Amino acid sequence: MLAQGAIRFKARLRMCGIGSKHTLRMTPGDINRIIIIGAGQAGGEAALRLRQGGFSGDITLIGEETAPPYQRPPLSKKYLAGEMDLERLLLRPASVYADETIALLSPVRAVWIDRANKRVRIEGGRELAYDALILATGTRPRQLTLVGADLPGAHLFRTAADADAIRPGFVSGARLVVIGAGYIGLEVAAMARQKGLDVTVLEAAARPLARVTSPEVSGFFLDEHTAQGVRFLLGGQPALIKGKERVTGVGLADGGEIPADLVIAGIGVNPEITLAQQCGLRIDNGVATDASCRTSDPSVFAIGDCAARPMAHYENRMSRLESVHNAIEGAKLAAAAILGQTQSVETPWFWSDQYDLKLQIAGLFQGYDRMVLRGDMADRAFAAFYYRGEKLIAVDAVNRPGEYLGAKMLIQSGRSLAPDLIADISRPMKELVAAAN
Amino acid sequence: MPKITYIEHSGKEHVIEAPAGQTVMEAAVKHAVPGIDADCGGACACATCHVYVDDAWLAKTGEASSMEQSMLDFANDVTDNSRLSCQIKVSDALDGLVVRLPKSQH
Ligand SMILES: Cc1cc2nc3c(=O)[nH]c(=O)nc-3n(C[C@H](O)[C@H](O)[C@H](O)COP(=O)(O)OP(=O)(O)OC[C@H]3O[C@@H](n4cnc5c(N)ncnc54)[C@H](O)[C@@H]3O)c2cc1C
Ligand code: FES
Repeated sequence: MLAQGAIRFKARLRMCGIGSKHTLRMTPGDINRIIIIGAGQAGGEAALRLRQGGFSGDITLIGEETAPPYQRPPLSKKYLAGEMDLERLLLRPASVYADETIALLSPVRAVWIDRANKRVRIEGGRELAYDALILATGTRPRQLTLVGADLPGAHLFRTAADADAIRPGFVSGARLVVIGAGYIGLEVAAMARQKGLDVTVLEAAARPLARVTSPEVSGFFLDEHTAQGVRFLLGGQPALIKGKERVTGVGLADGGEIPADLVIAGIGVNPEITLAQQCGLRIDNGVATDASCRTSDPSVFAIGDCAARPMAHYENRMSRLESVHNAIEGAKLAAAAILGQTQSVETPWFWSDQYDLKLQIAGLFQGYDRMVLRGDMADRAFAAFYYRGEKLIAVDAVNRPGEYLGAKMLIQSGRSLAPDLIADISRPMKELVAAAN
Repeated sequence: MPKITYIEHSGKEHVIEAPAGQTVMEAAVKHAVPGIDADCGGACACATCHVYVDDAWLAKTGEASSMEQSMLDFANDVTDNSRLSCQIKVSDALDGLVVRLPKSQH
């Protein structure tokens, strides 16, 4: 702790222009200036991890949003319901960045990367030099390319500003059409029903959560939402957003219309890779990196939603994950790589809250060939275990935290449990995990 | 405002004023108390906000819900005093609460 204090003290002196540079080097390879582009969960975390790891040089965190780094998950949950304010949403109090001598430039957009000269240009033309650069630019929601998509009352959903714009119309009795039945769309639908809105979900696929879970688990959530009064239009295509001054409905490709006061589209996201492409970094769905989050340029790292890296527990398959866990882990990995430290990786995990259902997911289910259910869906507490061959690869646990954490530990350590054992609900999960090999 | 004392594994103490309504986890994170990671931000999904509630306060902090208890079953170094701090709401009745932090959250 003492050493840490001394390092911080030096960093402060340096901010004041006192102290000489060469006494401050802590990192291998002469890294004194680190720039992070994107002040979201991954970028904010990376800045703090670098300080915690002992980095004493300059850290500049560039973010185009007004607020300092904040959490997005509550946006479609408590924040939308008005049960949480922006201050509680912040990952750390705004003062932390100054305390840790992290220069937070916001709202400022980075507009150009010159890798040859290791410089980043920000709007207005100023250029900043870096020794190491971290891209943490996240994703952009896919736009609705429909006539009327720009009418007041029609929204995309990614930022606190989006949620703020939605909140005034998110009131009892309002007619809401949610376009897209992914996690965010379903969370919004659940919150809307709890607030007394009239809700229709329009989804192009044949089932909700089609990209992210099995047909069985999709079916469970479809039934739950239907029982809560949500109408579903599956296989439905919106053709235009109707209205003159503001939204009055959604016109369908088959000629039908759903009346609406509010339209929220959650039809997926694209990684924000404009700068990475502009400067010629290798792209593979997101900014491609190695297991330590280093891109095709050894001085540039990419983390969080914008980046794809090999997954340790999945034969190093390149994956771009969109989750809090992945944002935090990328931040830890990049900070460790820059500081010449080691960092272990965890089984990927995710959660979603809908009504009184807590869905907790460990692992990546893609490529499963067998699903085994533990518990009964009718009890609203069950876990779906996904296997590829004999190997357990993922779990979707609904109101079953033990199964979630147990499976997460098993996947982490490369262990499995025979499907017939997993299905035996009379044996506690803890006991099964202890006996697994 | 209720005061909460967080004692790091090393013994270092942090006394923090926490507004009623916040959770014991949030108050720690807002004041950058090391040793509480709280990766999921209080969604009861990560178990990285584990604390030990001092004996004297066990009755006042109440019992863990079954959801929380199941999460704790899989945490490291769990004792009868273990709680997830994101599940303890600060109130005037908890003024003076003392919680200790585990060696590690992972
Ligand atoms: C409504 C919602 C609910 C969610 N719920 C969950 C959940 O329950 N569980 C879970 O695990 N995950 C959830 N997620 C996903 C999770 O929030 C993201 O995976 C996480 O925020 C990714 O962090 P990031 O830092 O990579 O990206 P972001 O948080 O998107 O941050 C990227 C930042 O970079 C900025 N930026 C981009 N380009 C530039 C530039 N050129 N210059 C300056 N700034 C730039 C962007 O404006 C943005 O602020 C949810 C997401 C949303 C939107
Ligand atoms: S903060 Fe994640 S479980 Fe408490």
